[in-house]
Amino acid sequence: MDATPINAHSGTPGEPTPVNYLNVDYGLKSWLLTTDHKRIGILYLISITIFFALGGIFAALIRLELMTPEGDVVSSEMYNKLFTMHGVAMIFFFLIPSIPAVFGNFLIPMMIGARDVAFPRLNLMSWYIYSIGGVFTFAAMALGGVDTGWTFYAPYSSTYSNSNVALTAVGVFILGFSSILTGLNFIVTIHKMRAPGLTWFRLPLFVWAHYATSLIQILGTPVVAISIVLVALERLLKLGIFDPKLGGDPLLFQHLFWFYSHPAVYIMILPSMGVISEVIACFSRKRVFGYPFIAFSSLAIAVLGFLVWGHHMFTSGQSVYAGMIFSVLTMLVAIPSAVKVFNWTATLYKGSVSYQAPMLYALGFIGLFTIGGLTGLFLATLATDVHLHDTYFVVAHFHYIMVGGAIMGYMAAMHFWWPKMTGRLYPEGWAKFAALVIFVGFNLTFFPQFVLGYLGMPRRYHVYPPEFQVLNVMSTAGASILAVGYIIPFIYLLWSLKYGPLAGANPWQAKGLEWTTPSPPPPHNFERTPVVTEEAYAYASKPYPEEAEVV
Amino acid sequence: MSETHSVLAHQFDDLEQQFEASTLGMWAFLITEVLFFGGLFTGYAVYRSQYPLAFAEGSLHLDYRIGAINTAVLICSSLTMALAVRSAQLGRRRSLIGFLLLTMLLGSVFLGIKVFEYSHKYHEHLIPGINFVPPHEFIRFHVDPQQLYVFLSFYFAMTGMHALHMIIGVSVLAVLVVLAWRGRFSSEYYNPVEVAGLYWHFVDIVWIFLFPLLYLISRS
Amino acid sequence: MAHHVVPQKIYLLVFATLILLTLVTVDVAFYDLGLLNLYVALAIAVTKATIVILYFMHVKYSSRLVWVFVGSGFFWLAILLALTLSDFFTRGWSPLPSGWTSMIMP
Repeated sequence: MDATPINAHSGTPGEPTPVNYLNVDYGLKSWLLTTDHKRIGILYLISITIFFALGGIFAALIRLELMTPEGDVVSSEMYNKLFTMHGVAMIFFFLIPSIPAVFGNFLIPMMIGARDVAFPRLNLMSWYIYSIGGVFTFAAMALGGVDTGWTFYAPYSSTYSNSNVALTAVGVFILGFSSILTGLNFIVTIHKMRAPGLTWFRLPLFVWAHYATSLIQILGTPVVAISIVLVALERLLKLGIFDPKLGGDPLLFQHLFWFYSHPAVYIMILPSMGVISEVIACFSRKRVFGYPFIAFSSLAIAVLGFLVWGHHMFTSGQSVYAGMIFSVLTMLVAIPSAVKVFNWTATLYKGSVSYQAPMLYALGFIGLFTIGGLTGLFLATLATDVHLHDTYFVVAHFHYIMVGGAIMGYMAAMHFWWPKMTGRLYPEGWAKFAALVIFVGFNLTFFPQFVLGYLGMPRRYHVYPPEFQVLNVMSTAGASILAVGYIIPFIYLLWSLKYGPLAGANPWQAKGLEWTTPSPPPPHNFERTPVVTEEAYAYASKPYPEEAEVV
Repeated sequence: MSETHSVLAHQFDDLEQQFEASTLGMWAFLITEVLFFGGLFTGYAVYRSQYPLAFAEGSLHLDYRIGAINTAVLICSSLTMALAVRSAQLGRRRSLIGFLLLTMLLGSVFLGIKVFEYSHKYHEHLIPGINFVPPHEFIRFHVDPQQLYVFLSFYFAMTGMHALHMIIGVSVLAVLVVLAWRGRFSSEYYNPVEVAGLYWHFVDIVWIFLFPLLYLISRS
Repeated sequence: MAHHVVPQKIYLLVFATLILLTLVTVDVAFYDLGLLNLYVALAIAVTKATIVILYFMHVKYSSRLVWVFVGSGFFWLAILLALTLSDFFTRGWSPLPSGWTSMIMP
């Protein structure tokens, strides 16, 4: 915090601007060859924003088509490609790298008082791998797209589809390595690079959440990589792995695919949960309630998340007995998730809560994630799932988790750490307005889809019976509001880069090592390695009475 | 002292931290590899349980003697690799280079034998997707050729993926030989040799499982 | 740095054991033990792999953290195998609806 005055005067003429990671070097080459984790975070921010926009355009076209019951905007083949490419772009290229690769990269070394991640060159390499995977996927899209659904279910993907499956599969396969290497880097960094005095139980919960995320990345991603390789081998060389015609079993693909892709949901949501822990504690000016419970619930989610994948196959001919096991295990995931929600709520209790933009997103997260999580229980129940499987109920459920959860967390992180990353403040009024627009637009888009699904509208069709039109129009209207809600921050954040007031080292008076260094941070983060002497979130000097209850 | 500084990356405090980080990183990568091959082994387990006779029949189409020789070659290469790491630990540059070259040689012998095996399968028309012709007569079990096709698919997918890892391993060793030649390693700094060794032994372990599972299903 | 340098003798001993076990696993495959053949082959492979991990890969001399990493890799592999096979092994348990049997190929 003593660094604040230095930076606050940096704009005044006569005094030289202190060296930071942005002005230490200029030119494209200095960015493309950087090994600074902060610059790599920015590179990721730019790349994933491109894919977010692309995925958003696909989503807009989908909603446009669904405004009317007839298939009048696009053909059914085109519609299949649209929802596939929406899924591929949003899941693989935006959500999975979103918070870890941008904010995790930027913040974890600073939060643990390190100069960089353990393997900086590997870190840059993973961005290049991401980009190469992105180029392949772009190429597949430009050459006519892919229509298998983002799930690449065999044997459709391996034998029958006439779209660019192989090219997209190669893109996703390459991308997987980027995710693995990022996770590997974080795990080693968190184990080996912590500052003196920074014990595991003094780590910010953001770091715990990223540790759990990284575990999933290194344990799950290789399995989807091999299953995609096998699909490609079956498609290109006609090996007999999944296609019943060739002697295979298509359910094997679903097992291998969901062994990764269900835990992948936790790759998307766990980092958001880490963000929410930081934001809630800061804007309640209170120690987070039940720190060890939140920390261990992240690990519990990471482990339990690997035991539930079979719930995607309740209606696919999977054994009923396996279904029962998966159903029970799925419900267990609700426990650590609920632990988090309860602890955040308890943190708010009797805190001095202030409603800045990051806090609005965090509160939105808690509400929307709870709805998403509870509707997940409907789908975990074998019997209800038979009715709801592959309907819009499922679509609404996972969008509540991924958009209402993961992207709300991403926006919270963006608004919370933007001043740290850029050294500039954004206009608070606009930020609050955008948060509100996103919240309203999101609910209007996806809440009607719960009803649609319950009434029986299946997903992945471009035509539907006329009685579903009212709810679909509501959903499309909501989507357009949501789009506006995402465009507003895009504009004012860019604006703030040049015109925003200087932020100072710690605009939120937050705790945590990343706030003790100037904004933007110097190339090696800290003048000298910090020594940690207190617990995380030491917002109040004396412990609160609630704390006695939890220990 | 100056030598120490040139090999210590800026983000680490000392060589010990750097060494621990790089070995831990390699282990994390090997866990990834365990699950990468794990997907293949899972598929293998599923189909072997579904088509036990076809897998037994398919295994008889493979020459277990070649498989056993290759196993021995790989174990030898693991020994030479372990000795290479030991030489690096003791700072013996020439024996390090010698053992690395020997390991590369044994790895190449393995790959050469594999190529021989594959070409043999090609002549027998047993490569799925390329020239598979259902065999006219069966060696012991009369099975659905489609199920035999699945076994052969797994044989080629698993050994092919393993061979790919071997090729990568040999290439990594080639780089290490050059670095060792230039005197980049010392008893203080030999992390690349250590982690390459870990990788090499891991690839060996995969073969230790592939050999009995593919070549020795039902020989009695 | 005080890294454990394993004596050459141990490496040679490990090597001899691995070769011996390879011969055993080949030999044992020629006896008809029924399903036991698979388990014996796997047991030998696991033994060989463990020896390689402990000695050649220096895990015996490594920190507890490395032990945990190695263990977790195989634990997750066990999850993948066990839960996938829990589907395939229990499929036959539930009787098919009577109308379906005529549709199933012999």
